[in-house]
Amino acid sequence: MLSMSVTAPARSSSTATPTSDVLLDFRNVAMQFPNGTIALQGVDLTVKRGEFVTVVGPSGCGKSTLLRIASGLESASEGTATVETNRIGYVFQDATLLPWRTVQANVELLAELHGVKSKDRAAKAKEAIDLVGLTGFEKNLPKQLSGGMRMRASLARSLTLEPELFLFDEPFGALDEITRERLNDELLRLFVEKQFAGLFITHSVSEAVYLSTKVVVMSGRPGGIVKTFDVPFSMPRDPDIRFTPEFAALVGEVSHALREGHH
Amino acid sequence: MATVIGSPATSAPAKRPTARRSLASRMSWWQPVAVFAVLIGIWYTVAWYYDKVQELSFLVPYPHKVFESLFLDAKRRPDLFEAIGNTTAVMLTGLVIAIVIGMTWAVIMSQAKWAERSLFPYAVILQCVPILALVPLIGSLYGYGFPSRVIVTTMIALFPLVSNTLFGLQSADRAQRELFKLQGASRWTVLTKLQFPAALPLIFVGLRNAAGLSVIGAIVGDQFFQRGAGGLGVLIQLYNSRLQGSDTFATIIAASLLGVVVFLVFGLLGRLAIGKWYDFN
Ligand SMILES: Nc1ncnc2c1ncn2[C@@H]1O[C@H](COP(=O)(O)OP(=O)(O)OP(=O)(O)O)[C@@H](O)[C@H]1O
Ligand SMILES: [Mg+2]
Repeated sequence: MLSMSVTAPARSSSTATPTSDVLLDFRNVAMQFPNGTIALQGVDLTVKRGEFVTVVGPSGCGKSTLLRIASGLESASEGTATVETNRIGYVFQDATLLPWRTVQANVELLAELHGVKSKDRAAKAKEAIDLVGLTGFEKNLPKQLSGGMRMRASLARSLTLEPELFLFDEPFGALDEITRERLNDELLRLFVEKQFAGLFITHSVSEAVYLSTKVVVMSGRPGGIVKTFDVPFSMPRDPDIRFTPEFAALVGEVSHALREGHH
Repeated sequence: MATVIGSPATSAPAKRPTARRSLASRMSWWQPVAVFAVLIGIWYTVAWYYDKVQELSFLVPYPHKVFESLFLDAKRRPDLFEAIGNTTAVMLTGLVIAIVIGMTWAVIMSQAKWAERSLFPYAVILQCVPILALVPLIGSLYGYGFPSRVIVTTMIALFPLVSNTLFGLQSADRAQRELFKLQGASRWTVLTKLQFPAALPLIFVGLRNAAGLSVIGAIVGDQFFQRGAGGLGVLIQLYNSRLQGSDTFATIIAASLLGVVVFLVFGLLGRLAIGKWYDFN
């Protein structure tokens, strides 16, 4: 059984459907790889406009696979995965900058691949570079940047697409905690300002709770959704909510669900 | 503009001195000079042995005789320069052809797994064929002059270009490829904007090795194919057959110097082209 309707990751912003608030809709999605590995099973998940959904789950449970299906890099072997926009940003675990390009040229890459004229894409890139706080580093090569700055450049690169749906695959996993918390705050600011919908994968429960409007807990492989938590804290968020008892309680609950789903 | 919490200024980019320093530390000048002095000393001893004991001084001439022949002998100079010119012409022609064939071959192989599987074995075979075995064939097909020398040079220089270009084109990682795929980039775009630039470091390694080999190829070609404008290999054989020991040695040294110069020039070329973003070691 196979029914898929992921819109091809594509070029312009024209075909987005403004009628629906649901940007991503997974119904009973399963994924079995040709070698027999079942990575996902019975996944129901929606991401609406204004939502920031974070997925936590044990290593190897199929989180990346989920994101790859959402982006169109992979197609589900069962169920339907619908994405109602073709403005999709995808941030990889590594910054994946091209080492021979300057920050400016790296940030321009996606617009360049879409045939945007050089003047227009320079302007787009400049705006995105300002947004992530890399102004003044346009002419630097990736090797001259710290890990956190590279990730900022990677974010800026995706921002030039003006994504409606932003997919993140453990983007800050390799960073130290201080840098990670700073980037979390930056990301929340961008979320409030740009109003994209987010689907974010992480191993860190407190990062998940801090960033999202909804936390989804997955079970071990084959990954299915064990529990969903709504996060009540309002946006924009004060970094200090991390130290409130309510925050700690929710982190505790999510961690508990994570442990129960582990088998 | 929004506030920026991260402070990039604290980790301001500094020019990394590592590459330069490691090169500088490896390129100390007095140690090679000391070794050179020792070698010259040994050479004098051996030359003295051949001169006084064996009385065959032309077999191993004294270093100063070789030096005279190489730098001070105005009579020989036109012959030497002409030979260097001819060898360089064969070498460059063979190298350029090898670059064109090698890169095309590698690009084709990089396009599909089946293409690689069917074509790569031939690159390996090419490297295994003893060129000597092909000499009679090449000679009778293409004569005993310039074209045959170039063919030998190309065959010797081809393998490092094919393999390094291929591995280079495959060196872009999966996430980088997917970054392009997500934007619906064409094969051509992926090749020109991702695979080729990513391959440059290895291509330059291959180029430097191929250039070094092409000097060898050009001189080896001279040994087999003696007609037409002869290069250093022809000159070496000529002097050797006339028992002109110091001239033979001088020409061998000139050939080695040509090899070193070519190696350095192509190394420098790589540094100039991509040294900004890639650290050669
Ligand atoms: N192309 C593939 N072919 C076969 N198996 C695969 C493939 N891609 C992933 N898998 C398997 O599917 C499972 C889920 O992989 P996935 O990368 O989605 O996990 P993950 O939750 O992202 O793990 P991590 O937290 O370590 O990043 C793993 O067991 C993995 O080995
Ligand atoms: Mg993963």
